[in-house]
Amino acid sequence: MRVGVVGGGPAGLYVALLIKKGDSGAEVRVVERNAPDATFGWGVVFSEETLGALRDADFESFTQIQEGFARWSAIDIHYAGETIRSRGHVFTGISRKVLLATLQGRCREVGVELQFNRELRDLSDFEDCDLIVGADGVNGFVRRLYPETFRPSLQLHETKYVWFGTDLALDAFTFIFRRNEHGLFQVHAYPFDAHTSTFIVECPEEVWRRAGLDQADEAASIAYCERLFGPELNGHRLLSNRSLWLSFATLRSQSWHHGNVVLLGDAAHTAHFSIGSGTKLAMEDAIALVEAIRRRGELAPALTDYELERQPVVERFQEAARESSTYFEHVARYDGFAPVQFAFNLLTRSRRITYVNLSVRDPALTRSVDAFFAGANGAASLRLVAPPPMFAPLAIGGTRLPNRAVYAMRPGEDAVDGMPGDGLIDRAAQAAASGAGLVVSEVVAVSSDGRIGAGTPGLYRPEHAAIWRRAIERIHDRGAAVALLLGHAGRRGATRPRAFGLDRPLRAGGWPLLAASAIPYTPRGPIPHQAEPADLARITAAFATAATLARVCDVDVLEIDAGLGYLLAGFLSPLTNQRTDAYGGSLENRMRLLLEVVDAVRGAWPAPRPLAVRLDAGDWAAGGVTLDDAVAIAAALRTHGCDLVHPVLGQTVPEARADYSRGFGVPAADRIRNEARLPVIASGNITTADEVNTIVAAGRADLCVLES
Amino acid sequence: MRVGIGLPTSTANATGDLIVEWARRAEQASFSSLGAVDRLAYPNLEPLTALAAAAAVTATIQLVTMVLIGPLRNATLLAKEAASVDVLSGGRLTLGLGVGARDEDYVVAELDPRRRGRRLSDQVTVLKDVWEAGRVGPRPQRPSGPRILLGGGSGEAFARMARHADGYAHGGGPPRAFAGAASKARAAWTDAGRPGTPALWGMAYFALGEGAAEPGAAYLRHYYAFTGPFAEKIAAANLTTPGAIVDFIRGYEDAGCDELILFPTVGALEQLDRLADVLKSR
Repeated sequence: MRVGVVGGGPAGLYVALLIKKGDSGAEVRVVERNAPDATFGWGVVFSEETLGALRDADFESFTQIQEGFARWSAIDIHYAGETIRSRGHVFTGISRKVLLATLQGRCREVGVELQFNRELRDLSDFEDCDLIVGADGVNGFVRRLYPETFRPSLQLHETKYVWFGTDLALDAFTFIFRRNEHGLFQVHAYPFDAHTSTFIVECPEEVWRRAGLDQADEAASIAYCERLFGPELNGHRLLSNRSLWLSFATLRSQSWHHGNVVLLGDAAHTAHFSIGSGTKLAMEDAIALVEAIRRRGELAPALTDYELERQPVVERFQEAARESSTYFEHVARYDGFAPVQFAFNLLTRSRRITYVNLSVRDPALTRSVDAFFAGANGAASLRLVAPPPMFAPLAIGGTRLPNRAVYAMRPGEDAVDGMPGDGLIDRAAQAAASGAGLVVSEVVAVSSDGRIGAGTPGLYRPEHAAIWRRAIERIHDRGAAVALLLGHAGRRGATRPRAFGLDRPLRAGGWPLLAASAIPYTPRGPIPHQAEPADLARITAAFATAATLARVCDVDVLEIDAGLGYLLAGFLSPLTNQRTDAYGGSLENRMRLLLEVVDAVRGAWPAPRPLAVRLDAGDWAAGGVTLDDAVAIAAALRTHGCDLVHPVLGQTVPEARADYSRGFGVPAADRIRNEARLPVIASGNITTADEVNTIVAAGRADLCVLES
Repeated sequence: MRVGIGLPTSTANATGDLIVEWARRAEQASFSSLGAVDRLAYPNLEPLTALAAAAAVTATIQLVTMVLIGPLRNATLLAKEAASVDVLSGGRLTLGLGVGARDEDYVVAELDPRRRGRRLSDQVTVLKDVWEAGRVGPRPQRPSGPRILLGGGSGEAFARMARHADGYAHGGGPPRAFAGAASKARAAWTDAGRPGTPALWGMAYFALGEGAAEPGAAYLRHYYAFTGPFAEKIAAANLTTPGAIVDFIRGYEDAGCDELILFPTVGALEQLDRLADVLKSR
């Protein structure tokens, strides 16, 4: 077999070595554009698992690299004048230079031909090869030869980073967060031999510009960073090696081979440096490729096998890397967290580590987190016994919730003219049995014409209150609090029961609908009337009346529905609000009705009674409400006396680019909580206690709707 | 989990004799359902037509399109065709619908493939309205018409499924991929406030016995040629040993699949018999 390899980085050298080693008759040639001793970057990180794979694939190179290993099991987080140390994370750092020299040596030993200082521009050199490997990195040319097959996409990240070395020998993976007059900077640093560490500095682009680093040369950048991180460097220097400020680019390729040309490592895919897996993935690619060729004996099925095996693994890392990089892009949001919570949030940022994983790796840290939620003082706490965060009580307004899980009652649809059916009592009993600390009702209509369907329960006549009171008693008996979700269906009213499908108009017995603008919800649905000022006054008064009735029913929390495209959400979204009066146009105008309703309800439901809003935090449709809008609305809600926000997504319009992945509502909850600064309920495909513990402990939400 | 088998409507030699004999034997072998794939610019049998033929020689086995490309058809006419198969089969039809993945099918139908998702949503609304109203007969066996499954992997497709359908039709892949889709289908269902849970249907390809793997893979490469490099991966995932089938079934069962349909990649009756043997000894 004749093999040509473009690129002499770890992936290219390793694949050449493994092929030649397994088939001594093979002719293997590596062409590298740089000199053998030119290496950029400092150290690379491997997990125990990767080391095992490297040991099995080529014991000789493994033994040689092992000599210079730096191993650690701790992560240090320098934040707010404290250092939090988390243990149990075993990793190994290796000098990139040593790694390359070792692999070059091994390649020569087994008879791989190495050509340095030679830059290829096409594959004509390898015309006679059976297999051509593109291991030429993220900027390589091989990928560009067959864009129709590889279908690559590049996504540029929002932060700037620079890759330094330092002669400070760290004994842990180290994160440093430091704020100065320009903004917040973070460092990702780890040792890779006995004397040296990698030291990556990262910050948002605007901070980088404010600091003048866009104008700074290498020496000036070093001087700035040495000054900024003087306390941690403790007299040690930062070392440069073509250390330029960059924006990280994530590369995804749909396919990794075309005929006999195959991509490896960074040439096919990249993952943000904050999860430190670029070299690891590249070398694992090499092992998988060579193993597939050996197993299949034929090239075509082997290349398919290689992709089938590696693509899902790489996608998982890219997903984790996406979560991790998003965290670092917005980490300033968490500046102000207590150190123990800040540390937990950082450690669980990529979702690969959860509360449960961390309590196995580092029981001491999760114990401090539990203690923190039990009101003790974080890491220094002597408290040994505390419940996990999901079971920490929470005070909202004057109400104490016994735990952080929320049960959302499903629509019952058995009411008659707003009078809840007997089924409500059973469903209340079911909700109470869930063990959740807060039970949120289905949408309860504030007026007859505000019902979603003929069977929607209401709270607009005194006799409605009596049955709500009985249902709520059932829930109180089991220790849970009750939130009543008051709403008006708007243009989504007068529909048939959901067993028949969503938003199908009643065939008989419907009623006229009201909405921000006269646009039907579905193409064949009824056209609503545009609400006139008198309608708005009546609806606002209906919310207040319902709030008064809610006091009689012993409701704990009142929640106003401004989500999912119902009436109030319909005013918030430009997709459904085309008014030209004081209730349409600017965001301030679009949120006017919601704030008027909040004020009116607050009049009938005074503090400290807790008031919540279910808020449209995104329409999943171009031109709709964005999360930026929702943060602004939530901030306004806070000043109007709202105690709790439950962000929800979608359903403003029936056809939208929805996302139902795990915890899909958590990013919205996180941003509203930590930017608009008020307590939030997170929901959206959260199904395990581990997820609730992780989300709550990390400070991404205060409460979570747990789905079965 | 119930296990059904696909009709050989898109493999070579899809003759009337083969289809009806396959249907008879599938029922005898206790497969829960017969599935039929759909595409236009390909020499396969039209799925509702094939299922009607199968209905005539069977009594209990369920009939399902997996999936029929809805936007290629006029909604009212499709409602009538589906109701007809439902009546002919005594209420055994489940209508799986999707938008399809090939522009070519839209080209030969002289239809614009853009906004086909929206057209599918509207079509389901029309299907249900027609079945319930009875203005265009025949009346289906169930008052609300045949059960509807919707497929597709985008968030939009999951939302559409939760909004209009009775369940989800997955397009194929390893158990891990099915589990991911099932999680999204359930979440979309909860988000829509629908009662109960969505029915979750899966599908896969098989070829059993000496010498079947290669023609099976060749068929899949041909059938999925429009996906470019992906066809090779689909061909590689063909289930070609009893062990692979048993493992696959277990994986789907664990992922919460309600019904899995295994489609032949070689259109020969002995393929059905071999699969029945694997399931018997499972």
